[in-house]
Amino acid sequence: MAGTRQVHTLSVEASTEHLAEVRDFVADHAKNIGLNQKIISEIRLAVDEAYTNIIKHAYDNNAAEKVSIEIGSDDDQLWITLIDNGKSFDPDSYSEPDLMRRIKEKKRGGMGVYLIRKVMDQVQYNRRGKSNEIRMVKNL
Amino acid sequence: MKNFSIATRQNQNVSILDISGELDAHTASQLENALKSLIDNENYSIVVNCSGLDYIASAGLGVFMAYIEDVRSLGGDIKLTDMNDRVYNVFDLLGFPTLYDILDSEQEALQSFNN
Repeated sequence: MAGTRQVHTLSVEASTEHLAEVRDFVADHAKNIGLNQKIISEIRLAVDEAYTNIIKHAYDNNAAEKVSIEIGSDDDQLWITLIDNGKSFDPDSYSEPDLMRRIKEKKRGGMGVYLIRKVMDQVQYNRRGKSNEIRMVKNL
Repeated sequence: MKNFSIATRQNQNVSILDISGELDAHTASQLENALKSLIDNENYSIVVNCSGLDYIASAGLGVFMAYIEDVRSLGGDIKLTDMNDRVYNVFDLLGFPTLYDILDSEQEALQSFNN
């Protein structure tokens, strides 16, 4: 079916104060295109984790910085892209979290990337000029 | 904007935290403060009743990870109860059920503390 492609964007300051707004932004789009509760829960979690990582790691909690979020879909896929201008994330430096070890070492964090990969079908990190982009795709 | 709340109750020697709303990187500090306060007051038998919890992100899970070792080494535990399926699924994705006591009801948790 042609003409079913829809894209929405939101630009927010990099602050955890906006987490609920960011989750609701992607959930509203997903509801509007008729996706089920399970998928809506998964994309709420994925965008939360990606946005939280940008706040903490790309921008070191500097709320003056901005994050741009795009959600789009066609008949086959839903994608969410977050763009920032902070420090880039090296996906090669990431390893799957060992929960027991993290508890013993009293380390928290590092679980967001794992959760994103669990609930989304594809995750890509791109560097474009000074911008970082994470693109997360869910097959429909 | 208020999308998370927490309250503390006492049932004999067990402290119960009722958490509701959305637990994320913004609201996790409220849970952290409540847990810290219980531990500082030497309450080590803790039940977290999640019946009102609509959502959890990894920042919320991180709070449970940060305190479980201390509480257990002091002879207590943090038991989690009454989760809805969506919330349980996030705990499950990270392997929590093998390391944490996650029970269907608060009553079960109270019984297991008293046994």
